[in-house]
Amino acid sequence: MPTQTRSMLLNVGPSHPAMHGVIRLIMELDGEKIKGVEVEMGYLHRAFEKMCETVMYAQCFPYTDRLNYVSPLINNVGFAMTVEKLLGIEVPERAKYIRVIMSEISRVTDHLTCIAASGMEMGAMSAFLYMIKARDYLYELVEEITGARLTISYIRIGGVKADLTPTFTDNCFKKIADVRKVLIETDELLTRNRIFFDRMKDTGIMSKETAMSHGITGPFLRSTGVAYDVRKANPYLVYDKLDFEVPVGTKGDNLDRYFVRMAEMEQSLRIIEQCFQQIPDGPVLGELTGEVMKASDMVDHAKMGETQGFKEFQVDLDPTLQGSTKKYYDGISADQKSVVLPAKEETYGNIEGLMNHFKLVMYGHGIKPPVGEVYFPVEGANGELGFYIVSDGRDHPWRVRVHPPCFPIMSALPKCLVGSVMADLIPTFGSVNMIAGELDR
Amino acid sequence: MTPLEKVQEKFGKDIVETHAFRGDETAVIRPASLLAVAKFLKDTPELDFNYLMDLTAVDYLFFAGGRIQKEFRFEVVCHFYSIKHNHRLRLKVQVDDREAPDGRKHPEVDSLTSLWASADWYEREVWDMYGIRFKGHPNLKRILMYEEFVGHALRKDYPFDKRQPLIGPQN
Repeated sequence: MPTQTRSMLLNVGPSHPAMHGVIRLIMELDGEKIKGVEVEMGYLHRAFEKMCETVMYAQCFPYTDRLNYVSPLINNVGFAMTVEKLLGIEVPERAKYIRVIMSEISRVTDHLTCIAASGMEMGAMSAFLYMIKARDYLYELVEEITGARLTISYIRIGGVKADLTPTFTDNCFKKIADVRKVLIETDELLTRNRIFFDRMKDTGIMSKETAMSHGITGPFLRSTGVAYDVRKANPYLVYDKLDFEVPVGTKGDNLDRYFVRMAEMEQSLRIIEQCFQQIPDGPVLGELTGEVMKASDMVDHAKMGETQGFKEFQVDLDPTLQGSTKKYYDGISADQKSVVLPAKEETYGNIEGLMNHFKLVMYGHGIKPPVGEVYFPVEGANGELGFYIVSDGRDHPWRVRVHPPCFPIMSALPKCLVGSVMADLIPTFGSVNMIAGELDR
Repeated sequence: MTPLEKVQEKFGKDIVETHAFRGDETAVIRPASLLAVAKFLKDTPELDFNYLMDLTAVDYLFFAGGRIQKEFRFEVVCHFYSIKHNHRLRLKVQVDDREAPDGRKHPEVDSLTSLWASADWYEREVWDMYGIRFKGHPNLKRILMYEEFVGHALRKDYPFDKRQPLIGPQN
């Protein structure tokens, strides 16, 4: 009697370390060979789009932090720029540079996490630890500016929350040097690692045509040899003034994606360095001149109408609000009273500023863009991150749609996997850099 | 000649309206001509829209608190991009909420899966969130929500705080 063979169904995830805890692959196996894959997602669905419809524009930022939680600043930038496009306003030059610096720091943290995690899943634990160490250097920079490491909500519509700190430039150069050192170290640990190299090479191959048909963008697309980068194709902020290259691969396998990410990190570090050369000078925190007054005292005096000479006063603020004093704030916020919160001296010190503040934060008032719809793409760490916002002229967005770069990649994942062996799942899944926060929204 | 002008020239009578708010070229077309227009966008060498970057829908029920009346409740919104020419186009299809003549409960438009593979998941998401069906889609089932979920969460008449737990006490 001939032996009968049947294919086996295997569930991987959602509660599986290699699936990063939030996605389920139903695989049809013939021995070791993968015959079919079905991706089941939605385990981290938090109704991002629905919730954005219920809050005011500025209140969407905390939600966008949680989209791609490895590079939250880019999500912030994307959302802010979409609303700015809807409003038709321009941010000051200094704020643009700050946004670019923060975006590029985030891109490096994202790529570091992706490579570190896929290295770890293939047993390269020390490379993982080194890279997470480097990521922490960058998180410290982010923390210095935004006050938070992950849920930063730093970008504002019309500018950024706070100016750079006086020590930031030095710290940044120091940290960049440290990160470069780590990149060289991990390059030696991974690129010349037989196990890592062999498992990445020629696995998870995707052709250029399939990638484009699936709408894939970002490092994944560039690994197949298409040099599409939103920063080059539709330069936003100040990317047209910066000199950087778009690394591309040739084959579209896991190894190419690894090399593209490694090269992109170097380009991002270059961009940050150039930004510091080009950024227009702004007043730096710490150089407070004139009389300094406590915020609570200022409010008390203002209540009694004793606002004589308040225009020259500096307000002494809580650390979480630092950078919102008039001197720094005006250089990084658009000159649009209907959009940007006034500096704290104005809010505490005179009635016009207070009214301005309340008009922007009170329910039913807020930022009111004209009726219309816009789509704005930025280059996220995984690819084109686009926001599509429909406004009905009221203070709530009518519709916020985010085009998450992971989504098309995950839809094409079966094409990468079918025909390969079960063990190839791990490097392939690692290199697509699935971020459930933006995939499931 | 911009992509929008090209589409206007070819499909003038199928276009309901056009605008270029903030530079985003947009054409609103009748649902019956969606496939033809999409095919034209993809196959014309001067347009060469090889990317269906995004496909989503918008529910205009009580738009602007009912101040702005829309003829149709839904719009399916497609964003196209061409790597070669580096241009973009937004195509919107008006979809009616009313019951189809053959008694089907859900509004329906043609699926773009035959032209762009990326349409597959986007259309599943629109079906999941808006309950708009796509004719010719090979595997139209929910993607973000679970199969047992009742209703379509992004419709404006679905309360944002409504809960449908799968396990545990009901509400």
